[in-house]
Amino acid sequence: MDFDFAAELPKLVQLLIGVAAFLVVVAVILVLVDRAPMRRRAWTHATILLLPALLLLTIGLVIPAVRTTLLSFMSGDGKQWVGMDNYGWMFTQPEAVTVLRNTLIWVLLVPLLVTAIGLVYAVLVDRTRFESLAKSLVFLPMAISFVGAGIIWRFVYAYRAEEQDQIGLLNQLVVAVGGEPQQWLQEPPLNTLFLIVVMVWIQAGFATVVLSAAIKGIPAEIVEAAKLDGATPLQMFFRVTLPSIRSAIVVVMVTQSIGTLKLFDIVRTMTGGQFDTSVIANEMYNQAFRYGETGKGAALAVFLFVLVTPIVIYQIRQRREALR
Amino acid sequence: MSLLSRPNRAVLVAGTIGLALVATACGSPEAKPSAGGSSSTSPECAAFSQYGKHEGKTVSIYSPIRDAEADLFEQAWKPFAQCTGIKITYEGTGEFEAQIQVRADGGNPPDIAFFPQPGLLERFAKAGKLKPASEEVKKLTAEGWSADWAKYATVDGTFYGAPLGASVKSFVWYSPKMFTEKGWAVPKTWDELMTLSTTIAGTGIKPWCAGIESGDATGWPATDWIEDILLREIGPEGYDDWVAHKLPFNDPKVVAAVDKVGAILKNDKFVNGGYGPVKSIASTAFQEGGVPITQGKCALHRQASFYANFWPEGTKVAEDGDVFAFYLPGNDPAKKPVLGAGEFVAAFADRPEVQTVQAYLASAEFPTARMKLGTYVTARKGVDPANAQNPIDKLSMEMLQDPSTIFRFDGSDLMPAAVGAGTFWKGMTDWINGKDTKTVLDYIDASWPKS
Repeated sequence: MDFDFAAELPKLVQLLIGVAAFLVVVAVILVLVDRAPMRRRAWTHATILLLPALLLLTIGLVIPAVRTTLLSFMSGDGKQWVGMDNYGWMFTQPEAVTVLRNTLIWVLLVPLLVTAIGLVYAVLVDRTRFESLAKSLVFLPMAISFVGAGIIWRFVYAYRAEEQDQIGLLNQLVVAVGGEPQQWLQEPPLNTLFLIVVMVWIQAGFATVVLSAAIKGIPAEIVEAAKLDGATPLQMFFRVTLPSIRSAIVVVMVTQSIGTLKLFDIVRTMTGGQFDTSVIANEMYNQAFRYGETGKGAALAVFLFVLVTPIVIYQIRQRREALR
Repeated sequence: MSLLSRPNRAVLVAGTIGLALVATACGSPEAKPSAGGSSSTSPECAAFSQYGKHEGKTVSIYSPIRDAEADLFEQAWKPFAQCTGIKITYEGTGEFEAQIQVRADGGNPPDIAFFPQPGLLERFAKAGKLKPASEEVKKLTAEGWSADWAKYATVDGTFYGAPLGASVKSFVWYSPKMFTEKGWAVPKTWDELMTLSTTIAGTGIKPWCAGIESGDATGWPATDWIEDILLREIGPEGYDDWVAHKLPFNDPKVVAAVDKVGAILKNDKFVNGGYGPVKSIASTAFQEGGVPITQGKCALHRQASFYANFWPEGTKVAEDGDVFAFYLPGNDPAKKPVLGAGEFVAAFADRPEVQTVQAYLASAEFPTARMKLGTYVTARKGVDPANAQNPIDKLSMEMLQDPSTIFRFDGSDLMPAAVGAGTFWKGMTDWINGKDTKTVLDYIDASWPKS
């Protein structure tokens, strides 16, 4: 493809206008703030400075949220009100219930596994000679996108008939020990677990790094005191380390829970939600954008929002307590 | 007290004004002569004189056709574009069904879209997003296609666009070489087909191979199977009722037809040649579904005419070659209904240049030009099947152009997207993966949008 500068000119002009408009807005705000009378409680200033952000939030967040909520009470084409039908569908139709069940499995397992693996790993490599190398290794998958990881793991799980050469690592191992190759991603409900492994693989590094930093933050006096008192390594872990890094664990658990609830990429890349592996976000996309059932898609979106909210509130509370 | 000191403010204002000036200075791009402008008077352009001149105009096309096939399209309409001065920007996507919705809702629709599903076209027409076709396109469609075809792009009495390409789905691919060697004959009825399958299974190879994995659209080849058999079992009228949901999805007749397909696709003795047990159908890419035929690991593969493009390089597609196809037989050899599919050219804009492109695509010239470049099938009358690139295309064209052929469009493309591009595909994938017929059909029936 040859790059025709003249043909791209309109886009560049738009870009420049956009940048210019942004600067004008900033300039106007600053001039307004400058002109406004300064009182002890700077309400006017605060309002002027917050206004653009509020405006953008309204357009980008509040209005779509309200619209989505309204759509969730409407039929697929958004023309009739159907009351709670879409929500009824979500909790009664077997396929939709499977989706909810899968999401539940994900949300229960991923944060637990990620935190547990990350914690054990962080404790094991703490203050060893090869600590930084070990941490980099487990952190590497974080650099891979979910889609990339999904494709990699699809190859790991790939299936070829018994008489053919296996191209999937897992099946090759199974064949090597004399087993029969399996179609891992097509066996519900086990296949959901195989997908969860991918998420854990990516996220364990994150947990390791955060928790390792927290462990290093434990005051040396406490550790020394415990050692002088003759605490065994197990006692050290459960009585000293764990309570000291509680807030870091909460952070990891909360971010993982929210991330898992919104999970979409791995499922979509690896199975497309087939074979009973779909999760809420994937089903929401399918319903709203592929099937033209905006009502059902919106209902799933609202439900997802409802699920995420308590976790977010919990985290905010935690942070407030920590600040106190 | 001022938050900003005086000199700073002056700089800021000056800077902003300066930037604005730069922006406006760039904002007057000079009208650039289009690349094709100079050649538009040459003799080759005489053929396109009826389309007039649209110098400097751009028409955008959005379509699910990608890669090599898309390149051939662009090559085919290049002379037209050069002579009329219309710049055609073509964009192919693998996620057409979802993205066209996003673009239309986002106020950024293409000028023209190639819809492979009349059901999807209908949804956009009903939402008032599509523009009715021009009189010219209507006239061209009336003279070029049978009423069946025109009907598929007509919503509530308004006609939205002419068909483009077509494919015949009722084919079973086989290897003529293998058949001659083993002394097998091409079956003429369903019973003969099943007997042949048993015979082949007796020789130690699995007779059928299939693949239904297709990314987002996984499952569609299985739905084609079902449709083909339904069309034979309950007849064209029954088929229409089923597509319109007048015949429920879980009706005993449909169950019987699906089980008839299951006698092949869910029979571990018959499938999946070269790939493994029944379940491997769900994970085999549809492009690779028939390839084991060329390796002698499988003998039969039911897939549309376009599968001619997917054979490994060097495979000769001919009646005496490496692979060829026969008509998927029904119970009665005298009745030969044809299941097929195609795209429709509908427009989101009604500017003159957009309608000109639509008219050109509906003419007999475009498919002729396209066929000369590579494998392609159209149902348009007045296009000589002799231009076809391979014998299957030729056979398909003859079938489609034959006025006595009973043609039915791929049912999943006509149904509401929630079923036709959703639960039907998904349900058939689950069916292959082990769920029983009744459960799957109940699920699909329950998902039919109520309105």
